[in-house]
Amino acid sequence: MVGLATVFGAGGGTSSYAEVEDTDVIVLWGSNARAAHPIFFQHVLKAIRNGAKLFVVDPRRTETAQWADLWCGLNVGTDIALSNTIAREIIHAGLANKAFVENATSGYVEYAASVEPWTLAVGSEVTGVPVDAIRQLAHTYARADRAQMCWTLGITEHHNGVDNVLALINLSLLCGHVGRWGAGLNPLRGQNNVQGGGDMGAIPNRMTGFQDILDPAVRAKFNQAWNLSATDTEIQDKYGWHLTAMFEAMGRGDLRALYVIGENPAQSEADKQHAVKLLTGLEHLVVQDIFLTRTAELADVVLPGSASWCESEGTVTNSERRVQRVRKALSPPGEARDDIQIIVALARLLGHDWGYGETALEVAENVWNELRSLSPMHAGMSYARLEEHNGIQWPCPHDDQIEPSYLHGRLWASDPAERGTLAPFSVVVDDPPVDSLSEEFPLRLTTGRRLDSYNTGVQSGGYPSPLRFGETIDVSPEEATRLDVVDGEIVRVSSRRGGVEAPVRIDPSLRPGLVFMTFHFPEQVDVNVLTIEAIDPKSGTAEFKASAVRIDKVAATTRELIAGS
Amino acid sequence: MDVKIGADRATTAEIEAITGVLGPAIDGWHTGLRTDSDLHMGTGGQQLRDLRHQLLQVLHAVNDRAGWISPGAVNEISLRTDIAPAEVFAVASFYALFALKECGPRQVHVCVDAACRATGSTDEALPKGAHASPCLGACERAPVALVVEAGVAPRQALIENATPAKVQTVLDGAWPEAEAAPEAALPQPATERVLLRRVGTVNPTSLDSYRAHGGYLALRKAFELGPVGVIREVTDARLLGRGGAAFPTGRKWDAVARQPARPHHLVCNADESEPGTFKDRVVMEGDPFSLIESMTIAAFATGCERGWIYLRAEYPRALATLETALIEARQRGFLGENILQSGFNFDIEITRGAGAYICGEETAIFNSIEGFRGEPRNKPPFPVEKGLFDKPTVVNNVETLINVLPILNEGGQAYANLGTEGSTGQKLFCLSGAVANPGVYEVTYGMTLRELIELAGGVRGQAEGRSIKAVLLGGAAGSFVGPAQLDVALTLEGTRAIGATLGSGVVCVFDDTTDLVDQVRRIAAFFRNESCGQCVPCRVGTVRQQESLTRLAIGSRPDRTRGEELALLKDLGQVMRDASICGLGQTAHNAIDSAIKMGVFQ
Repeated sequence: MVGLATVFGAGGGTSSYAEVEDTDVIVLWGSNARAAHPIFFQHVLKAIRNGAKLFVVDPRRTETAQWADLWCGLNVGTDIALSNTIAREIIHAGLANKAFVENATSGYVEYAASVEPWTLAVGSEVTGVPVDAIRQLAHTYARADRAQMCWTLGITEHHNGVDNVLALINLSLLCGHVGRWGAGLNPLRGQNNVQGGGDMGAIPNRMTGFQDILDPAVRAKFNQAWNLSATDTEIQDKYGWHLTAMFEAMGRGDLRALYVIGENPAQSEADKQHAVKLLTGLEHLVVQDIFLTRTAELADVVLPGSASWCESEGTVTNSERRVQRVRKALSPPGEARDDIQIIVALARLLGHDWGYGETALEVAENVWNELRSLSPMHAGMSYARLEEHNGIQWPCPHDDQIEPSYLHGRLWASDPAERGTLAPFSVVVDDPPVDSLSEEFPLRLTTGRRLDSYNTGVQSGGYPSPLRFGETIDVSPEEATRLDVVDGEIVRVSSRRGGVEAPVRIDPSLRPGLVFMTFHFPEQVDVNVLTIEAIDPKSGTAEFKASAVRIDKVAATTRELIAGS
Repeated sequence: MDVKIGADRATTAEIEAITGVLGPAIDGWHTGLRTDSDLHMGTGGQQLRDLRHQLLQVLHAVNDRAGWISPGAVNEISLRTDIAPAEVFAVASFYALFALKECGPRQVHVCVDAACRATGSTDEALPKGAHASPCLGACERAPVALVVEAGVAPRQALIENATPAKVQTVLDGAWPEAEAAPEAALPQPATERVLLRRVGTVNPTSLDSYRAHGGYLALRKAFELGPVGVIREVTDARLLGRGGAAFPTGRKWDAVARQPARPHHLVCNADESEPGTFKDRVVMEGDPFSLIESMTIAAFATGCERGWIYLRAEYPRALATLETALIEARQRGFLGENILQSGFNFDIEITRGAGAYICGEETAIFNSIEGFRGEPRNKPPFPVEKGLFDKPTVVNNVETLINVLPILNEGGQAYANLGTEGSTGQKLFCLSGAVANPGVYEVTYGMTLRELIELAGGVRGQAEGRSIKAVLLGGAAGSFVGPAQLDVALTLEGTRAIGATLGSGVVCVFDDTTDLVDQVRRIAAFFRNESCGQCVPCRVGTVRQQESLTRLAIGSRPDRTRGEELALLKDLGQVMRDASICGLGQTAHNAIDSAIKMGVFQ
């Protein structure tokens, strides 16, 4: 989001699903969408059926990579090296979209100079990807009439995740693959409403509708709407803390009370033991969730919320920026209440009666209409229109028209004024993972998801799946031979931060030196004990995708203990 | 994709067979033996999906080489093609001629359908290595069997007059003597034939011989007329499809020609599997260039650049003859790029079926060619809009196509003057069973059934007092007609008037010694075996129908009267007719219904 917002001023995927189905080339970079974004992948499958070519860039030959016309198996953390190499190849082959670069972008000269050292030979050396494969990806992407660049956590969960995103955006600018039907940039989102969460202002630097807090006009508009005149309640003129910064603040003692809604940081943070310690040390912790999560177990007050997809009125916004109505089908069980109602009740107790009405629908629609009055990109989306159009994609500033399904079409306008701010190229520098390999920790551990489970398992663990086989440490056959371990054997996996025990799973789709774990089963194996808390300062995302580990056979006595237990 | 491979591995011979069709694996990931060069790169995707239509040929290659399709071979095919093993197995198991259990290299398929059954063939007590088979399309030489032998040089041959003793000698190692020449199936002199006039006269593998006998004049005419002109002639001729459905060919061609989607495809339905039908075989064996020329004209008229001949696997001689003819036509510029300097490009490939009656259905044939189970598709969309590979497709029977030659040579109007108002031109009839001279007869529409049987020498054994008990008209999907109905005119309108059908031109005669109950039960068994199982009315209905007939034959259930059983059977037939998605289920009760009306079960 940060990367897209930096370049284009809006942090959303630029294309709609229908465009993905109607494109010529799809690049899935750092995304195992087949397993981790199965719904989005259905659209990719339709595209494939329509004849689109699929390229997958991923260290592992994943289920997704098996669908690809070409899989580029880069070394973990060499995304920028690969992107820069592709860019140089495109430029030198004369395949850059010169008209678009000239009219719609800035900073090309510096960018072109910065990628100049990245010859195919150098890029291949650093990334491990053969020269032919890099050339094929570069040429096919550049020659395509329409191409989609899609990515997920394989790009963002690095200490330089934002730079990784910028590196991919550079390629789309170079080829003019943005702002047109079928051509775009799409970060895939993990939940039905991750996009909506950001759009609603649940991020530390933006108000609703992605309006920058640092903009005085924005602050003034909200201050006025909410009658915030006193200096102590006015919206602050600096960015707030993102999640990782909050934990740092907890560590310093600057943050002493926390209200958590629908998150489970006690299990999902990179360095889990550290996270639990900080949460336990808070003066006051409130958790609002539909489950009694591990974080909720640590809380002073637990507020049982409702399941938003079936027990609430409101909207969600999906990855293609489509705002959709959600309707209440069931009443929440027991004392659980709709999230909005909990917040409204809390405000009332704190002395603010917001007067949104009585019924769940009234409250939800009134809140929504207030949002529409403050967020221009939602202004035209009344509940009636959302109903009429089966959801509407933002931006929708007018209540009498629907905008194109793709963003940034302005970049193609012939009138420079209409084109607006040019999209800047970003000079990005190859920067290997923080947790470097050494003789002691010679293996590169990367983490990811499987089809049958969701994140820490809070939402999926309660349901059985014939595909689920619990946590494993996946290694290549060569590695298994080197370590003298067999399938299913319990081994000890250690990093510079801690160690866990897990059964071995031999997976030929991995290569020697690369090992894989999920973090779906924290009760069984606490993988985040291993991962590094190296944070991208720009996005606050931790480097889950690159840790240095070692694998040791468990001593016979321990093994017997496990076998006997 | 999402492919999970089990532990079974293919043998070297199986791998050779697979590689023979698909070529070497595209990378180490697709052999299961990745090497260092695969660790950072993998290929696949569309390149492998484009191989899907070769699946049937790969399965043939393995079965021809090893005699069966082992789990290891299924895994190897899966690895090479990214098609899941379950799906490879699903396709392999669809076809009767693929063995999925290990068996000896030599297997014999003994025909047990109408004509062979009437001449002594039986599906009971077959020796090891012999299997009961549906009609093999050589009814004029009934009873017949087909021997297939797997190995490095696989071979197949027809066994004529296949008595149990003769089948046993073949199973014991003897190879059957060469079969009769194609023209032996044509009792009429050449001068009385139009469509089949060249059979027996020309050398079927010589293009020059074909041209010396009027070949390729019609194609020249077509190039003069242009596509619109050709379609006009065919429409003027009022040519109706000869495969059984009698759809106007001109309308079909026009509909495809007008489709904006490209490319267009041409499929020649040579899956001649209707029991009692063998006319197309004679054309392909005796005059293959006439089919190639006709297909070229059809393709030119409808804008197709690729044609497929979907040939049933039980016709080894037709396959060999056609393959030779295609090579010759290609070498001489009658297929390929810029045919006869006209600027028109067209080529033909053969897809070999593998023993499935349903693949003659006009949409099942597409699925089979594309490498899927040969299950019919729902219509609409019709083949003229979305057919093979979802593109506009002309699908015509062999006999329909070769009618184009006299239409262009003589003119559509002249052709339309032959026959009757509703049935123009010539028709090929397949006479088999208890007639003196079985074979393919070519007559102008209008002749009565009695006249046609007389043309074939009348009922066999007339001198000994044999008489006609019934005639199966139109095949298993057709109907029985009794001695009282022999004066029906063999036209579409004539047969329709008595509730019968010409179907594919089957005239199988049964004399007074025939056990018609047994024949009817065999037809029920045929439909039960050949139902693809996709839609419930047919899958369940054909089974229940056979069970009901068994009860009628050996005594009904004690709690049910004969009348109740017949009422139940009638209901079943109605459900199948109303609710089945394709012609198989819709017609599976026709012959049985007609037999009941004739009083076979009284």
